[in-house]
Amino acid sequence: MTIEKTALAPGQEAPGEQATTPGTAPRSRLRDNRSAYSLLAPNLLLIGLFLLVPLVWSLLMAFQAKRSFGLGEWSGLTNLSRLLSDDVFWRALLNTAIFTVATVPLSVGLGLALALLMDKALPGRGVFRTIVYLPIAVSSLVVSLVGLLLFDESIGILNGVLRDLGVGPVAWQSNGALAMLSVVVMTLWTRVGFGMLVYLAALQDVDSEVLEAATMDGAGGLDRIRHVVVPWLRPTTFFLVVINMIWSFQVFDVVYVMTNGGPGYSTTMLVTYAYDEGFGPSRNFGYGATVGLVLLVITLAITAVQLRVNRRQEA
Amino acid sequence: MSRPVRFLVCLVVSAVFVLPLFAMVVVAFTPRELVFDGGASLWPSSFTTSNFTNLFASFPVWRWFSNAMIVATLTTALSVAVNLAAGFALAKLQFAGRTFVLVVVLSTLMVPAQAVMIPQFELVARMGLIGLFWAVILPSASTALGVFLARQFFVSVPDELLDAARLDGCGTVATLRYVVLPMAKPLIAVMVLLAFMTQWNDFLWPLITLRDPDLYTLPVALRFLQGQFDADYGGLMAMALLSCVPLLVVFVALQRFFVDGFSRSGIR
Repeated sequence: MTIEKTALAPGQEAPGEQATTPGTAPRSRLRDNRSAYSLLAPNLLLIGLFLLVPLVWSLLMAFQAKRSFGLGEWSGLTNLSRLLSDDVFWRALLNTAIFTVATVPLSVGLGLALALLMDKALPGRGVFRTIVYLPIAVSSLVVSLVGLLLFDESIGILNGVLRDLGVGPVAWQSNGALAMLSVVVMTLWTRVGFGMLVYLAALQDVDSEVLEAATMDGAGGLDRIRHVVVPWLRPTTFFLVVINMIWSFQVFDVVYVMTNGGPGYSTTMLVTYAYDEGFGPSRNFGYGATVGLVLLVITLAITAVQLRVNRRQEA
Repeated sequence: MSRPVRFLVCLVVSAVFVLPLFAMVVVAFTPRELVFDGGASLWPSSFTTSNFTNLFASFPVWRWFSNAMIVATLTTALSVAVNLAAGFALAKLQFAGRTFVLVVVLSTLMVPAQAVMIPQFELVARMGLIGLFWAVILPSASTALGVFLARQFFVSVPDELLDAARLDGCGTVATLRYVVLPMAKPLIAVMVLLAFMTQWNDFLWPLITLRDPDLYTLPVALRFLQGQFDADYGGLMAMALLSCVPLLVVFVALQRFFVDGFSRSGIR
């Protein structure tokens, strides 16, 4: 009984104009199909074109010898066998794992610590919170360039401070481990605030009665945090661990700008390696796409674990 | 912990967190020679605005800003429109293939764009979009996160409201326009902020697709300046500061929406 209105002249349309007989709640299946798919169409078109097509194409490219826009020649498992014997690839995978292991626990742990610290009333609490949040809104490029300014070996801020203290100069750029550390530090600067923000939102929901009950039982502050608050926050922690892992495996910007994968290959990551192979001088699209697929597989694996755990929790 | 101790700890933490931003501001106003001679310092002996004047004199800074505005605004408008529509359909409409569509859309959440950037680039190039802003805008518009946020919001809208609108003779479009959208203002605010911020700060994809310095958005322009300035941190920090101030101001002013958006973006 309802009338499909699409393009109506302005002013012509007002809800309640159409009188319908009460009691007929028409939910015509057919019409819902049509309007649902017209609402979904733009989105599905964009997803299909710019994500699903490249996804399938990636799988094809991985089995092709293909440089730049050239015709891909089928090359069977050549890319894969090169990958397995490619020292730089294994180094990139190891570096990405090290970067992940260094960034994820610290981002989540420090985020929790700061959230607990700033949860309760405190003079200037709003200002403190805002300062920790700020880096979330700073672009990764600005973060990376500020990172360079801080860690520059010859004229950087940190070595300047250390020099005044009579220490120095620390080889932030020429020592692989220290270069990795500099990238990790700048990453933490943006991630800790995100962790704190998400935890603070979750703490809003911690049942104050549960806390009071724990206090009545004589649980001290730290005990209460350990036995009441932390278990309560488990889903939040899990979410943060997963999202931080995915971000860490995808790291590109900060490494590309601060170290460009160097010195040597000591900070080369999966995505920077894929980028160098695909868009660097060799423009090896086939091999770059193969490296990209490794990132895809890892991301899917992390997500699969997440889904399984979530399902178990809901069961 | 007692309150004074907590306050002191917060003070120290805030000092550490603000230090990189503080360093950026100070160096942006430090004369070049000082940085080259004795290294960058947090307490330089003199200040200057010449880094900014040189920057504007040598590079199309205004152009980069307007590029950034155009790209971020268009992406945001398109993104909010398509994600809102899809989220609403997935939350409130019964249609054939609904579960399948939902699974497809949400599984795209798991595909990192970096993993498929090479065929994505070739596709955009073959479509003839290289050298146009559309190369950046179109692939960034549909985001699974946006659809997800919209769907979460609409699921909580009571069906009775929509049924009442239908009884009053509204079609889907009219229901959306007069009933749903007025309610969804907070959702739209969050979606706008997240989409705008993401696009304003995005680097890898614009780096791949925008080859012409006249088209650069701010992050790509910063990378370009890194090559131009080399170790002249004064000029580099001047541009870095200019590029992040607008967003920081918006962020602080609308903090509540951001917090709301981030904290809803994947929990529960």
